[in-house]
Amino acid sequence: MKLSGSSILLECLKREGVEVVFGYPGGQILPTFDKLYDFGLKFILTRHEQGAAHAADGYARATGKVGVCLATSGPGATNLVTGIANAYMDSIPMVAITGQVRTTLIGNDAFQEADITGITRPITKHNFLVKDVKDLARIVREAFYIASTGRPGPVLIDLPTDVQFAETEFEWPEEVKIRSYNPTYVGHPGQIKRAAKFITKSKKPLLYIGGGVITSGASLEVLELAEKINCPVTWTLMGIGGFPSAHKQSLGMLGMHGTAYANHSIMESDLIIAVGARFDDRVTGRLDAFAPSASVIHIDIDPSSISKNVKVEIPIVGDCRNVLRALIDEIDKAPEIAAWLTHVEGLKKKFPMFYKEKSKILPQYVIEQIDEVTKGDAIICTEVGQHQMWAAQWYKYSKPRTFLSSGGLGTMGFGFPAAMGAKIGRPEKTVFNIAGDGSIQMNIQELATCVANNIQVKVAILNNGYLGMVRQWQELFYKRRYSHTPITSPDFVKLAESYGAVGIRVEHKKDVRPALERAIKTDNTVFIDFLVEEEENVFPMVPAGEAINNIIGGLA
Amino acid sequence: MKHTISVMVENKFGVLARVAGLFSARGYNISSLAVSETLDPAISRMTIVVDTKDEAILEQIEKQLNKLIDVITVADVTKKEHVDRELILVKVSYSAKEKAKLENILSKFVAKLIQHKEDAAIIEAVGDQAQIKQLLEELDRFGVTELVRTGRIAMAY
Repeated sequence: MKLSGSSILLECLKREGVEVVFGYPGGQILPTFDKLYDFGLKFILTRHEQGAAHAADGYARATGKVGVCLATSGPGATNLVTGIANAYMDSIPMVAITGQVRTTLIGNDAFQEADITGITRPITKHNFLVKDVKDLARIVREAFYIASTGRPGPVLIDLPTDVQFAETEFEWPEEVKIRSYNPTYVGHPGQIKRAAKFITKSKKPLLYIGGGVITSGASLEVLELAEKINCPVTWTLMGIGGFPSAHKQSLGMLGMHGTAYANHSIMESDLIIAVGARFDDRVTGRLDAFAPSASVIHIDIDPSSISKNVKVEIPIVGDCRNVLRALIDEIDKAPEIAAWLTHVEGLKKKFPMFYKEKSKILPQYVIEQIDEVTKGDAIICTEVGQHQMWAAQWYKYSKPRTFLSSGGLGTMGFGFPAAMGAKIGRPEKTVFNIAGDGSIQMNIQELATCVANNIQVKVAILNNGYLGMVRQWQELFYKRRYSHTPITSPDFVKLAESYGAVGIRVEHKKDVRPALERAIKTDNTVFIDFLVEEEENVFPMVPAGEAINNIIGGLA
Repeated sequence: MKHTISVMVENKFGVLARVAGLFSARGYNISSLAVSETLDPAISRMTIVVDTKDEAILEQIEKQLNKLIDVITVADVTKKEHVDRELILVKVSYSAKEKAKLENILSKFVAKLIQHKEDAAIIEAVGDQAQIKQLLEELDRFGVTELVRTGRIAMAY
């Protein structure tokens, strides 16, 4: 049967199992929107293309499926760029589809023309400009395959108008085979044997897990390995939820705002078992001072992540879950590490996480209350800044895909649209977006999307009147010169109401819990404006470029 | 140390930009680059020369190249038994009375005088890195006014 390019695209999306597309129409994507009109594919019209990209990203993080966003050429496409870069940095499977001016006009500086494949080349895993409708079905198939396999990432398909109109025989490629793309899933058995020996011989081992554990669904294997060898476990921001935070072997997050005991432990360890983590600068601090006596076993599906920042004794390229399974079976004897465990327990007692009561509501307290009210079972999204770190520190995550945060790119404005996507992917879950008064204003227009589509996201704004994280740096490292960090906000209660959502303002500690309970019970999107302590800081903190045991605010 | 990396890629538009973009985005410097079709017209070969002493950077370059979807294979030819060659065109100042002297120099190399006018001559030469370097040194006294190089190509056994 002959179909137009637009119909082929939609048919392919359906066959790929796509449940929802986030996007925004425009001139050069009109043929596709026309077919979408009665195709029977759920489409969420966001109020900005950036919102569509983050929503697709949030959907992908919450479900593990490929998120899809659709926009027009030129400004529609460039508005996706931040969302694509964000997904790229955090290895999120996404397919972004953009309209493009007709092939005969490409390169002519036509109206709403942008070289989006050129622009997104360094921020996509791969991208395609479709020049012939005959290639379209194969390209869509390859795009989903590339986005979701190996180390996942965003793939962009640029689709000129004439290709959307052009007709061809539709053939669904049953198989995808790309000769130059063959991710390694199974770890090298010899390396796994060596790793097992290293582990058995170690005196101070530590498991360090990252986003790869979430991606590969390896959290049960992490738990099994940790319990088999009885070693402490720490995680990156992206690894949150990969190991239960209430577990007795848990050390919490490490790095710049990690627990002091996680940082001291990794610095003193003699063996780091890194699983799906990439030793980025927020984790290692000053590289040449990082974990000086540790050997490293590094398990990752992306060979280029291994030995990029730290020297690795045992690289194991493969899918985290596969490799851990094999490693667990290979270890016949747990290491003797009683003294190390006693020492780590001592560090936990000496450097506990704490905050000091003040007269106003404390943001950490709000997070603890969200944790209690949702019984640690909600999906928590965040924007970027102080609130993000508090959300990482004070909520007790126990399952993967429950903490959705912009880790690599650090994108303010991510959380709200991501929460929207997450709620659509996991409608049975309570979804919170924890935000600051700065970040929430970056994609606040998506309130309209939430209300129009009855997407019930609960937004907790920790409102301190500042761009708090930047202010904190100014306080600590720039002599309290608060250059352009005080920020005004609209009346969030009235704003929410004007969109048809519900707004609640909370000024006193005693009202925090009732407000959260009310928000959860309310069948609507809710903005809760918590007026919190203005100059509260995120501690512990390792100043940028310092060794990670050089900690500010680590001692009560 | 100069490494010659031989990269087989899909012969599609945009692939060169992907490879070049990778180098610029990560701050690696390309000393030379030669691209052309192989026996299989669906595949191109890029011969990239990079100058680095740092094994870790070299390892990253190879890994990052491999990560590009359109890259089929990556090999550091320098680490294997191989030959490498470069073709150069050199323009030198010239006068008829120096012709014998010039040809005497060229006879020691795979090089020849391909064109000359009253005051300038164009020489073509092929050789490995050392030979080209030596030839250029010897031609220096004639006054080299222009130099065009193809960049290195290499073949391993």
